[in-house]
Amino acid sequence: MRPLDLDYMLGLVPVLLKYVPLTLAMASVAMVLALMLASLMAIVRVMRVPLLDGLTQVFISFFRGTPLLVQLFLFYYGLPQVFSFLTAINGVTAAIMGITLHFAAYMAESIRAAILGVDRSQWEAARSVGMTTAQMMRRIILPQAARIAAPTLVNYFVDIIKSTSLAFTLGVTELMGAAQKEAAGSFLYFEAFILVAIIYWVIVEALTVVQRQLEARLGKAVAR
Amino acid sequence: MISVRGLTKRFGDNTVLDGIDLDIRSGERVAIIGPSGTGKSTLLRSLNFLEKPDEGMITIGPVTVDARRVRAAEELALRRQTSFVFQNYALFANMTARDNIAEGLITVRGWEKARAHARAEEILATIGLADKAQSYPAALSGGQQQRVGIGRAMAAEAEIMLIDEPTSALDPEWVDEVLQLLKRVADARQTMLIVTHEMQFARDIADRILFMDGGKIVEQGPPETMFTDPKDPRTRAFLRKVL
Ligand SMILES: Nc1ncnc2c1ncn2[C@@H]1O[C@H](COP(=O)(O)OP(=O)(O)O)[C@@H](O)[C@H]1O
Ligand SMILES: [Mg+2]
Repeated sequence: MRPLDLDYMLGLVPVLLKYVPLTLAMASVAMVLALMLASLMAIVRVMRVPLLDGLTQVFISFFRGTPLLVQLFLFYYGLPQVFSFLTAINGVTAAIMGITLHFAAYMAESIRAAILGVDRSQWEAARSVGMTTAQMMRRIILPQAARIAAPTLVNYFVDIIKSTSLAFTLGVTELMGAAQKEAAGSFLYFEAFILVAIIYWVIVEALTVVQRQLEARLGKAVAR
Repeated sequence: MISVRGLTKRFGDNTVLDGIDLDIRSGERVAIIGPSGTGKSTLLRSLNFLEKPDEGMITIGPVTVDARRVRAAEELALRRQTSFVFQNYALFANMTARDNIAEGLITVRGWEKARAHARAEEILATIGLADKAQSYPAALSGGQQQRVGIGRAMAAEAEIMLIDEPTSALDPEWVDEVLQLLKRVADARQTMLIVTHEMQFARDIADRILFMDGGKIVEQGPPETMFTDPKDPRTRAFLRKVL
């Protein structure tokens, strides 16, 4: 076994940390967009909106039924050949788009389950007060569904952060891409990749702490 | 004024409401009694379309609806003429006691927040829960939750308050405070249709008692005659059991 080149690793830390903001930005944008799209799809499915419900089911089935890597290649390398206006799309945008659609499909199902998990009495109470469907959703059902879905959604955010590493296959120099480049230069693959693994790990662990605090706060709001 | 003609509701081939006719004057307080499973809840729930009746004409205040060709907007207009008190309280779990009462004023009646909150606090004081304004339902006793439920219905100032077994889910220790509050609402001449198993209470507050059985109104009359001199054998049998 060869000894680890600790000096090299220490020197690499600041180099790789510079890419953390890009990773977090890509993940955050994808998360917000996916949340919005997933909420819309969940409502369409719960309300059984004609036509849209069927389309949504096909969408969800496709994006859950195919690998994210295949979807990313399809968006970045494939679609521009068919739709020329997509040629201008850069790797970051394509990665965010692919990750958004992929995770929106999963999140739509969790949000749908959470909406259906809100007690029937809450729907009836909202109706009895005279709310429209939109008012009922916005004021009563979705806030309670959010509480139910929150832990699962944070888990998806963790998955999204890790999935941004796939952007490197679209030529994006994000955290993983940077590590790959450094390793190719120094041939110290183990040092570079264990370091990038540790950075992802620390980010996800930090998020888990936030998740626990969030759950404690949401729990308190109901039980006070 | 409330007027119901030929109200019919079926679940599959189970006819739960069998052509109900019913008129209620403004300010009248009507209590429904009868064995369980006879359609009392379904009647209340059909009047505000929580359950969609199959047939019948319903007039509540200025709104008239024909169940056979009702549009969503009409359903909503009719519902907004009513308020509802649920057996299991059904307070909004994501809102404080004050917001439970203010919510309808804000979203449905379009009041400014400040005005709605002030009104909600007034109502909380009336129902003896001023100090619970910021409490969530989960932190309230059953009796307190039901009082907030009644407060929410009071805030609507509806043409008719529909009340379904308001004390049936309560521990015995909370029943009195809820009945006392409802008595005050009744004394204020809020038009109401209340399903209850509390016979003494029905006798105290109601102008008229309806006895329902098998999806029909079998017999009705003022409490004095209904409780002392019922005509129909089914009413007699029922009252013998519960009195
Ligand atoms: N959502 C429903 N689906 C099917 N059957 C129902 C439903 N709601 C009520 N019923 C049936 O209708 C009948 C009357 O119920 P309900 O109105 O709750 O009676 P009550 O309030 O007088 O006890 C019962 O036989 C009950 O099983
Ligand atoms: Mg009932």
